[in-house]
Amino acid sequence: MMPDIGHYALILALVVAVLQGVLPLAGLPKNNEKLFAFATPMARVQSLLVILSFIILDYAFYANDFTVYYVATTSNSNLPLMFRLAAIWGGHEGSMLFWVSILAVWTLAVTFFAKELPLRFRSSLLAVMGLISVGFILFILFTSNPFERIFPAPFDGRDLNPLLQDPGMVFHPPLLYMGYVGFSVAFAFAIAALLDGRLDVTWARWTRPWTTAAWVFLTLGIALGSRWAYYELGWGGWWFWDAVENASFMPWLIGTALIHSLAVTEKRNAFKAWTVLLSICAFSLSLLGTFLVRSGVLTSVHAFATDPSRGLFILLFLVIVIGGALTLFALRAPSVGLGEKFDLVSRESLLLTNNVVLFTATGAVLLGTLYPLLIDAMNMGKISVGPPYFDTVFVAIMVPGIFLMGIGPIANWKKASVPDMASKLKWALGISVISALIVPSIMGRLSPMIFVGLLMAFWVMSSVFTSMKLRLDAIPSGTLTQKLKTFGRAYNGMLLAHFGLAIFIVGVTMVKGYEREHDITMQNGETKVINGYNFKFEGILPIRGPNYIAKQGQFYVSKEGKQVALLTPEKRLYPVQGAVMTEASISINPVRDIYISLGEELEEGGWSIRVYFKPFVQWIWLGCVLMGLGGILTMTDKRYRIKKVLNEQSITA
Amino acid sequence: MKLKFLIPLVLFFILVGFLGKGLFLDPREVPSPLIGKPAPAFEAPVLGDPSKTFSTADMKGKVWLLNTWASWCVACREEHPLLVEMLAHDIPLYGLAYKDVEQDALDVLDKMGNPYIITANDADGRIGIDYGVYGVPETYVIDKAGIIRYKQIGPITPESLRDKILPLLKELDA
Repeated sequence: MMPDIGHYALILALVVAVLQGVLPLAGLPKNNEKLFAFATPMARVQSLLVILSFIILDYAFYANDFTVYYVATTSNSNLPLMFRLAAIWGGHEGSMLFWVSILAVWTLAVTFFAKELPLRFRSSLLAVMGLISVGFILFILFTSNPFERIFPAPFDGRDLNPLLQDPGMVFHPPLLYMGYVGFSVAFAFAIAALLDGRLDVTWARWTRPWTTAAWVFLTLGIALGSRWAYYELGWGGWWFWDAVENASFMPWLIGTALIHSLAVTEKRNAFKAWTVLLSICAFSLSLLGTFLVRSGVLTSVHAFATDPSRGLFILLFLVIVIGGALTLFALRAPSVGLGEKFDLVSRESLLLTNNVVLFTATGAVLLGTLYPLLIDAMNMGKISVGPPYFDTVFVAIMVPGIFLMGIGPIANWKKASVPDMASKLKWALGISVISALIVPSIMGRLSPMIFVGLLMAFWVMSSVFTSMKLRLDAIPSGTLTQKLKTFGRAYNGMLLAHFGLAIFIVGVTMVKGYEREHDITMQNGETKVINGYNFKFEGILPIRGPNYIAKQGQFYVSKEGKQVALLTPEKRLYPVQGAVMTEASISINPVRDIYISLGEELEEGGWSIRVYFKPFVQWIWLGCVLMGLGGILTMTDKRYRIKKVLNEQSITA
Repeated sequence: MKLKFLIPLVLFFILVGFLGKGLFLDPREVPSPLIGKPAPAFEAPVLGDPSKTFSTADMKGKVWLLNTWASWCVACREEHPLLVEMLAHDIPLYGLAYKDVEQDALDVLDKMGNPYIITANDADGRIGIDYGVYGVPETYVIDKAGIIRYKQIGPITPESLRDKILPLLKELDA
């Protein structure tokens, strides 16, 4: 009974979403406020219906209702509750319902937090979001219904893929989807603005916090996914340039470009058409990612259901949404105009270069991701593109961008002077070069990549401090905290995010440059010295988990007589799927991870084990968290909270 | 209307063209020139027991499957549970450990179950080259006369097993 209610709620949501999408747009030509008035209530009803159907499906997981085919295929009564509730996004049908539910959450947020927008604008904004929702609900109802029943119901479910039975599964997909789908708000803003032909500073100011919010979610979501892969897959890798990873990374890159471009549009009323295009691109890439993941046109380690009819549906949807948006862009953008002029050397032009770099990087990732498909479609054979391409091309493109990132924050708007900037940054550059040489000499090895990586990281860090110092010096009096407060949170957030990127680069460079991998065999009670650490193997304990049995190795790690950690890697057998998983055990500290995973029990006794030393690897995710915090800080800047920005057209510098 | 504002739209439609074509291509399907031809003969040490050898000559008169795999291959792990299931149904599956470290390969079999009657060890990948292995996993169905009748590129799926491999085995066994 309950699942049927969920199904009906979704059908009803479709009807309401159509009204939400059509009525306000019908009101546009004659500025019919009665039709506009439908937007908010319809949006709320539609969102609540979608969320209701999501809750009902998740309740089926909670209650182990295996009459629901989807529940029977992705859950099991022995699965711990946390994973049962998260199993809803463990398969295709539930993922799609989750997608549209997240859209509902964003839609609700817009109805509540965008009240200061003019009625006409807010209505077309909600209408665009409604139409996106229509497309996805249609897709779910016709090709991927999660409420489909199975009679007779199986006695128990087929269980969630053991690889997904991890706290990462609970948090990674929601964060990622919040990010992906969050760009729909910026997209809807852009479309509403194009429909209105109105594109000014206020538009950029409304859009900014929403875009930043989506970007923060996406940043944290990707970081969490990366960290999850790191400890779960047992190879110690943290990024694989897999098609599905790229699908989330491309919107992130464009989203990053968009954040910067919006800053210019808001502050200088420049880059207007470009900002609109980026808003469209960010969400288009989210949709493209959905297409790539769901249609099966690319092979990926993330094996999802593949079905050409689903692929065709999403492709058609892409054509309507993205094709429609870009057509509207081609028609209306010329009237929107490019905005204010600026000098070749100015903060604007540095930010424009930043945008070009990020755009090119996205293009390179897109090309690498789609290249096998392009070659195949032209009957030129089958190839695959691997990490060497991505690593090389991506780094080569990003290095100049990161160099400019150090200059950007100190450059003046409109017109900057090169000698002036050079004299401000000469110390930063000197310190960076020296540090990038000192660190490798401590670590004992220098290579060009290590030098470039560290140079970029220190350059960004030292330029962040230089920017702060210049600003602090410009304020004549007050304590440090008082001075910092006058900066404004948007500025501090930017510096924090840049600093986070520098931390991230340190992590990547140190891991790539100095990681060590040791394959060893150990007998019970044996002690081995690896990389200066003593590993004492105290045997294997049998462990029984809620839905698995495991062998747990006991490794006492010590250095110079001091106990460092007890590492307990496991080999788990999940009987329902007959799958064996290795659970790595990691000793974490700020400058190194010791990562140990259990291999095999050897015939002659003892075990094969693999030990990794990963210097500074945690900095990778720490950096992402700092970027996210920087984004949050920016969003809370008070100028976005002022309700009466409505008619304020003046540019605040 | 300025033409440059049309560029994104044009690029998008080119992309859609490729994506549309891509939908009707199977990324895992590579036509093999070996289908209908004799399976390349080889003799190789048995994985985990190098003193013994496995030879295609021993397989004359039998219908069998040769599955190339490796411990470093992610997609192989994806199909592995299905292979183990096939073992339970007496499907004559033989393995070819392709360019693998012997211990790593054995570790996988130990960890995930051994679906193979015998696994031949192709440590330097020479046999794989003879078979035109393009990417592991690949599976060949070889008939009683030693002719390759079917090649599965990429992991065996429940669908390909049901719709292609099982009917073919039935036909060949008859």
